[in-house]
Amino acid sequence: MNLRTLLLGVSSAALLCGFANAETLTIATVNNGDMIRMQGLTDDFAAKNPDIQLEWVTLEENVLRERVTTDIATKGGQYDIVTIGNYEVPIWAKQGWLVALDGLGDDYDVDDLLPAIRGGLSVDGKLYAAPFYGESAMIMYRKDLFEKAGLTMPDSPTWEFIGEAARKITDRSSDISGMCLRGKAGWGENMAFLTALNNSFGGRWFDEKWQPQFDQPEWKTSLQFYVDLMKDAGPQGASSNGFNENLTLFQQGKCGMWIDATVAASFVSNPKDSTVADKVGYAIFPDTGNGNHGHWLWSWNLAVPASSTKAEAAQKFIAWATSKGYTELVASKEGWANVPPGTRTSLYKNADYEKAAPFAAPTLAAMDAADITKPSVKPVPYTGGQFVAIPEFQGLGTTVGQLFSAVLAGQSSVDDALAQAQTAAVREMTRAGYIK
Amino acid sequence: MARAVSTRRMAVATAAAWIIALIIFFPILYTIITSLKTETEAIKGFNLIPSFTLESYVTVQTQSGYLKPFMNSVVIAVGSTILALFVAIPAAWSMAFSPTRRTKDILMWMLSTKMMPAVAVLVPIYLIFRDFGLLDTRIGLTVMLTLINLPIVVWMLYTYFREIPGEILEAARMDGASLFDEIVHVLTPMAVPGIASTLLLNIILAWNESFWTIRLTTTNAAPLTAFIASFSSPQGLFWAKLSAASTLAIAPILIMGWFSQKQLVRGLTFGAVK
Repeated sequence: MNLRTLLLGVSSAALLCGFANAETLTIATVNNGDMIRMQGLTDDFAAKNPDIQLEWVTLEENVLRERVTTDIATKGGQYDIVTIGNYEVPIWAKQGWLVALDGLGDDYDVDDLLPAIRGGLSVDGKLYAAPFYGESAMIMYRKDLFEKAGLTMPDSPTWEFIGEAARKITDRSSDISGMCLRGKAGWGENMAFLTALNNSFGGRWFDEKWQPQFDQPEWKTSLQFYVDLMKDAGPQGASSNGFNENLTLFQQGKCGMWIDATVAASFVSNPKDSTVADKVGYAIFPDTGNGNHGHWLWSWNLAVPASSTKAEAAQKFIAWATSKGYTELVASKEGWANVPPGTRTSLYKNADYEKAAPFAAPTLAAMDAADITKPSVKPVPYTGGQFVAIPEFQGLGTTVGQLFSAVLAGQSSVDDALAQAQTAAVREMTRAGYIK
Repeated sequence: MARAVSTRRMAVATAAAWIIALIIFFPILYTIITSLKTETEAIKGFNLIPSFTLESYVTVQTQSGYLKPFMNSVVIAVGSTILALFVAIPAAWSMAFSPTRRTKDILMWMLSTKMMPAVAVLVPIYLIFRDFGLLDTRIGLTVMLTLINLPIVVWMLYTYFREIPGEILEAARMDGASLFDEIVHVLTPMAVPGIASTLLLNIILAWNESFWTIRLTTTNAAPLTAFIASFSSPQGLFWAKLSAASTLAIAPILIMGWFSQKQLVRGLTFGAVK
């Protein structure tokens, strides 16, 4: 055996060992534009981390939630990274289901994360998930229709003004509805909007003793306002409309206003998909003069389940995917308007981003205005803006959402729906042990 | 006159058959039409004329490859069907030709397991799969689908076998045939139409099963049901892509059903009119 043969053998063995040591991370995610874009850009991560391979599992949001919950609860260990919302993060972290992210590296700049977002992902001062993109809610409106109607959007509009404006710009003969809002039942659909609406009307889900508040005047006023507004100025079949349906209506020029997640701004202002891209204005979520703008705050985040055996490699990937470097990578490949929004302060100080994304400033204003620790002007025992961060909210929120959606569809009255919601909430909260 | 009435009746019956067939097939047809639209067209509302774009198919293929989930579907559907037949043929033989007082009860009990909601046993099944290292494996899913379709397979075969006169098997026995010969060389050839339709139906059931195939897989064994599920989106338009993924997923089974419809109908109506 000569030296060359020996070296070749040793090199081959080393290479084989390298392959054998390569770790494969299984990442569970949802199917949305930003996530799919990230999958397409992982070559950059692979080049920097040749010893880590990535496998993706993309599922519908509710199926993903159920799959991941089953896997984490049974310690199945099928996933190394999971995509979860800021609703789940504090609940799962307290259950011990998530690994604290203390291995993101020195250059990660955790202090650059938007304070509201970071707060929602931390438990006892420890970060349990890194935000991939974040959103609040705001008004998207047609500047041309406002001008035609002789209206000017105030800096901080009230619901009273929004209601009047919506009715004024409604033009049934041209198939233009003054207001498009979510009506489809679900805790993440109509209840996200209605919870934020009720917050801005001074209401709350529960008092300090976890007593449901559907029998209080704020819920009646806010729900009646919503139903009347949608009846006078909403599109037909509004009780079936969720985010996607309203997005399409707005893009087709059939909505004068749409109040929904800030992430929609990049879709409605994209001339490739939207017929009204150059006519859209943005304004903060309305209030009733009480300074409460709904406190809507949502983020999709990457977290490491406690059952993963590859936590170190998983944190490497999370650090890459949620870093400032990743933002710059997306900007260089797809333009600044397509970078994932709503997670880092530095993005909103970036002149290139502000220039490419006219919705940047209102998005930041909306996110800054959201405080999920104080969603109502009244004291509450829970956190969460457009949701209540307790495990029971998924089921209860959907039940109440079905009752309220039925009101919009004309199948029941506001009073009946609120009475039924109160009964259902009291029963569920008693069963779960919140009400003693 | 009688002939004219008969022709009219025939025409009405034919028209009714076409209308019913169209109603049944319409969801599949509309899925195919939607897959040929742009996303904006797809969500606009009811429209039977697409712009015949293939962009959704390209996106679906680029975003998540079709071949791997397709192969997984083939292996799992065919594997579970063969395994189910291996178990079900002897079981159905014994119930059809050597029934006991409890045979009917056993058959009913087997069928009753299908009435239980699958989600009720999700956690125990998940734990068993985890402990046996079967999560995200083709073998695990093959066994799972065999078990969940077994009651239907046994029932169908039992029904077909009951139509075969027991005297033929007795004659074979008198000629010295062993139990194995009796089942393989006498019973099976006579029940081929029934076995074929059971096989086809079981492949269709296994191919379309989505509860367990989505929940017990991640990347390695995920079949076409998981492939379809990945195109639904909470924020963004996805109807055309979802339709393209669905069309790709149902195409093989649709083609198989088309070519084997004679056998399928023959098997399903086997012994219906005596």
